[in-house]
Amino acid sequence: MNWEVVIGLEIHAQLSTQSKLFSGAATSFGAEPNTNTTLVDLGMPGALPVFNKEALRMAVMFGQAVNAEIGMTSVFARKNYFYPDLPKGYQTSQMDHPIVGKGHLDITLDDGTVKRVGITRAHLEEDAGKSLHEDFQGMTGIDLNRSSTPLLEIVSEPDMRSAKEAVAYVKMIHSIVTYLGICDGNMAEGSMRCDINISLRPKGQEEFGTRTEIKNVNSFRFIERAIYTEIERQADILEDGGKITQETRLYDPDKDETRSMRSKEDANDYRYFPCPDLLPIELTQEYVNEIAANLPELPVQKAERFMSEYKLSEYDAGVLSATRAMADYFEEVAKVAGNAKLAANWVMGELSKYLNTEGKEITESSVTAEQLGGLLVRIEDNTINGKTAKNVLQSMWEGEGSADQIIEAKGLKQVTDTGAIESMIQGVLDANAAQVEQFRASDEDKQKKMIGFFMGQVMKASQGKANPGMVTPILNKLLKG
Amino acid sequence: MSLEKQDVLKIAHLARLSLNDNDAEQYQHSLTSVLDLVEQMQSVDTNGVEPLSHPLEAKQRLRDDVVTEENRREAFLANAPQTEAGLFLVPKVID
Repeated sequence: MNWEVVIGLEIHAQLSTQSKLFSGAATSFGAEPNTNTTLVDLGMPGALPVFNKEALRMAVMFGQAVNAEIGMTSVFARKNYFYPDLPKGYQTSQMDHPIVGKGHLDITLDDGTVKRVGITRAHLEEDAGKSLHEDFQGMTGIDLNRSSTPLLEIVSEPDMRSAKEAVAYVKMIHSIVTYLGICDGNMAEGSMRCDINISLRPKGQEEFGTRTEIKNVNSFRFIERAIYTEIERQADILEDGGKITQETRLYDPDKDETRSMRSKEDANDYRYFPCPDLLPIELTQEYVNEIAANLPELPVQKAERFMSEYKLSEYDAGVLSATRAMADYFEEVAKVAGNAKLAANWVMGELSKYLNTEGKEITESSVTAEQLGGLLVRIEDNTINGKTAKNVLQSMWEGEGSADQIIEAKGLKQVTDTGAIESMIQGVLDANAAQVEQFRASDEDKQKKMIGFFMGQVMKASQGKANPGMVTPILNKLLKG
Repeated sequence: MSLEKQDVLKIAHLARLSLNDNDAEQYQHSLTSVLDLVEQMQSVDTNGVEPLSHPLEAKQRLRDDVVTEENRREAFLANAPQTEAGLFLVPKVID
């Protein structure tokens, strides 16, 4: 049977506030256990939550960025379940009146087509603590540092039809929240986590099949692999005439399989009700308008600007605007070098090679944008040619200094003195007298093919320092005799 | 509307309350009478009335995003029956 996969995603983005959603404790990652806690985070009786202004602003920013309706009145609700890392016995979240309502965003697929994905809603909620299951006297250890950390849960429509589309969507959300500066996007530290709802249906069928939910997947690669694995598992069951059980599953990257999380099955009765400790949040149109007016440039707008301002191709603009860090790096290189096309080629080409080889992000580059720009300046002013520049970049990557220092130290400055180039070419021709003879006896077509040999010899003799643009006319003149 | 004893036991389980048979029966009656009252209120015509999410007709005050609390871990841990390495210890939970 030909199956169609239907995917919807819930993404939890941790908002980059200084303090927690409902208390004045710090949100810093990696602090000693339970040092970022207050009476509120511990769920002590009588401790009351006070809502963080900045978390509200960030949620509204996100809503604007995905063209969503903003909930002018939004209400916090209690989601009740029992778990030791949730000391209050409920998670403060939003149910009927989320801060962000229906919206949408566009993703670009590998073949260049653009697909619109619906956003159902995005709501504010607090994170839970962390359970440590290593053996503490046969017990479980609880660290409540993460308790009450602000999260924005972004729920998509079931609009995605492949693992690739799902990953493209998550990357776009990642890009938007990091551009907005409302989430650091660090998936390894759990700042962005993803729940994947996935079901199959026979191609052409209107209704959805029974879905499963894969919880807490925390890398782009794992999202893709978890989806492939789960599609295969569901297809196998359906092909054998079986039925899919609606359940929550976990993805195990080591075994590359998903498995059922049976323990939480009867916990799904969350008994939501409006939180009596928090009043409704009322927004004014003025407040929303002001946030809209001050929204930073978003990935799609940046890509468009790169195309119009720097005349980059759509592909180049897309790659260079994919993350804010990449875009900032590129723009700095372009500014210093004074040539955006050259900057784009070097950032996407040579520099990316080094980054990929060492598995580094652009933010971890051994060569700063200013340094790379400095190298490109020397190509632009003909101090070195492109080939030499690649060698200089290698030295820069290895920490040998700036482009100018390396060019100076290694004597790589291109020879631009006409007299010097002419005498060097003459030397090469003298050393290859037989070939010169042959060249002069050949017809024009043949000569065109032979010129490469002499060019190579000249470059070799100059150790790559001769300016090819200057060599060509002089070489032609001398060869013709 | 009346609750079954099974419903009461389920509600108790979700809240991790331990009820004996006597308790369960008693709660079955008292919870049912609450639901009866709700049912009686259902007869009121609420067309065009906005649902109330909070009895106080006020709006939420907001807090500046500033860290105002210091680390008081030792005091907090002192309330717990068992701790280790800065963690609260609870009976083993397996996910």
